[in-house]
Amino acid sequence: MRHENIEVNSGLMILLILTVISIGGLVEVVPLFYLNDTIEKVDGVRPYTPLELRGRDIYVREGCYLCHSQQIRPFRDEWLRYGHYSLAAESQYDHPFQWGSKRTGPDLARVGKKYSNEWHVQHLVAPRSVVPQSIMPNYPWLLERDLDFSDITERLKALRKTGVPYSLTEEEYKANVAAYGKEMADWLDINQAQDSLFAQARNDYDGLPNRITEMEALVAYLQVLGTMVDFSQYDEGYFVEFR
Amino acid sequence: MAHSATLPAEQYNYDIVKKFAIMSVVWGLVGMGVGLYIALELAFPLLNLDVPAITFGRFRPVHTTLVIFGFGGNALFATSYYVVQRTCQAPLANPLLAGFTFWGWQAGVGLGIITYMMGITQSREYAEFEWPLDIAITLVWVCYLWIYVQTLRRRNQPHIYVANWFYLAFILATAILHVFNNLAVPVSLTKSYSLFSGVQDAMTQWWYGHNAVGFFLTAAFLGMMYYFVPKQAGRPIYSYRLSIIHFWALIFLYMWAGGHHLHWTSLPDWVSTLSATFSILLLLPSWGGMINGIMTLSGAWDKLRSDPILLFLIVSLSFYGMSTFEGPLMSLKSVNALSHYTDWTIGHVHSGALGWVALMTFGSFYHLIPRLYNTRIYDQKLIYVHFWLATIGIVLYITAMWVAGIGQGLMLRGFDEYGNLAYTFIETVEFLHTPYVWRAIGGACFLAGYLVMVYNIAMTIITARREEAAIEAKLAAKLART
Repeated sequence: MRHENIEVNSGLMILLILTVISIGGLVEVVPLFYLNDTIEKVDGVRPYTPLELRGRDIYVREGCYLCHSQQIRPFRDEWLRYGHYSLAAESQYDHPFQWGSKRTGPDLARVGKKYSNEWHVQHLVAPRSVVPQSIMPNYPWLLERDLDFSDITERLKALRKTGVPYSLTEEEYKANVAAYGKEMADWLDINQAQDSLFAQARNDYDGLPNRITEMEALVAYLQVLGTMVDFSQYDEGYFVEFR
Repeated sequence: MAHSATLPAEQYNYDIVKKFAIMSVVWGLVGMGVGLYIALELAFPLLNLDVPAITFGRFRPVHTTLVIFGFGGNALFATSYYVVQRTCQAPLANPLLAGFTFWGWQAGVGLGIITYMMGITQSREYAEFEWPLDIAITLVWVCYLWIYVQTLRRRNQPHIYVANWFYLAFILATAILHVFNNLAVPVSLTKSYSLFSGVQDAMTQWWYGHNAVGFFLTAAFLGMMYYFVPKQAGRPIYSYRLSIIHFWALIFLYMWAGGHHLHWTSLPDWVSTLSATFSILLLLPSWGGMINGIMTLSGAWDKLRSDPILLFLIVSLSFYGMSTFEGPLMSLKSVNALSHYTDWTIGHVHSGALGWVALMTFGSFYHLIPRLYNTRIYDQKLIYVHFWLATIGIVLYITAMWVAGIGQGLMLRGFDEYGNLAYTFIETVEFLHTPYVWRAIGGACFLAGYLVMVYNIAMTIITARREEAAIEAKLAAKLART
């Protein structure tokens, strides 16, 4: 075909452009939804509890992902600094993903349980009071604002529609009991969402026993990051098979 | 280009082009101002002022949205509506709908930045708009495509000129990318959860993200280049054959390259390797465009001495060549291991965005605006002042970011003689302070040049209006006498 034929026919040109630009995505993106090896088979990864989820929403709201990645790469320095490299399985319930693209601050994929709740609260309110050279903004309002959990049920329902196993029916609840145990299955049950949020808030992440602040949720979220998989159960060769 | 039988200017819809061009200049000013502010926040965190709306995390999407969609997007609307009319020798189809694309686009950008400052965001880079805005933008975009294609179909030229191929590919690709990347399940008007998760979500986002660069900031601006460079140089495009080859190769290859943003992550290696391969191949069509643009000047190089607008256009193409060489380099896995997550990426983006996109836009506007208002540019010397401020600003900016990115990358992977980490993370943050200050100085320099342009363009328009009023007054007086 002579190129001239395309240049004089806008319909043909549109058709050809659409064909040419579709191929890359069809070959590289679509298979990720079907190939079984894309996500490692690994125990321990579960959806976020209602309180953790609200913390995650605040993490998204404040744009934390613009300075902190949640994706550890398989390099020696990252292993020493952050821990085991991130697995695809560990973000399988992350809607949207929070891998990030820039580390103005350190990676947070495994920050959970590395610092105390008190440290996190102090650090979020005034980062330079604990790390003098830090360039992170202060987030004092997290401690001032009460957490809005009025629409927690709607949030969980929306995530259920995307495929996250929060239970709405008896059947789904039983499946969660089998997968995560009774206690966790209760926390992942949409019908008990507010109760489980209250129950988890009793851990008092924000140091304010009588209130549930936005800080409470955010610290609960930070403390679970990277703690779900027990890496002592697997040897290194196991994960490599999936890569 | 055959412009022998050009329509008289009155038959073209210049009004819509003027509106988009002016809004491009306005959003660009705000967007670059915000950019300078967040650059200063990184150097002096005190500037976050404990005000939620302007903390770095909320303000950074305001900057990117304003410069990409406000400045760049409006410039593309303006130039594409101009170019499609001129090269088809046909008036723009459906002026009413074109007016809707104008107001719809401004509303999208305006509401977007307000919602980001309120903390309403999808957290997808360069696609942070929540779902109601996404739907509105889709609607505007479909109208844009409709107007563009209808105008093409009314052309009084048998051939569709090469600039239009690029604009068309940009409009079509952006539509596809926008729709698939923003699939989400709404919770309320202000909150949704992405339909995809983890690795699939990441790949979808960077398939979008890289092609936002590839089509919005590259293919479309190549369309701009293919009209304004030959026009300003007064010479035909260097190679017609090269433009065919590099057009199809560019739009085909770009769509494969997104995975290089996810090297060494949980993304399967096969995608990562494939993306890197295609990113390297991408060097060829990119340089094809650069060569075709720069060589258009062959035989007329002397014009660079006397024409500051050509300086903008040619230096823009040089930055395009530089950053499309740097890009494939950074997509190599071994280089990426060092560069990723550091400021080298930020520097790379800005050599493309300031060097290529902004300089191309400035050159085109200096050509376009006097023609729209049927006058001359207010002050030719000020174009030189703008050119030098902009160029020096870019060089300072990207050099500071090379130092910051490569420096931090090397520090982070440094070990002492016992095999322990040589530096803590916070020591690298301390190191970044000086390059961050230099980056802000570079950005301020660029913005200062921009202000010179704003003044020059404003004065051009004001003078044109005054001249027009004077002529009309004379005409009225004449009519009254007879």
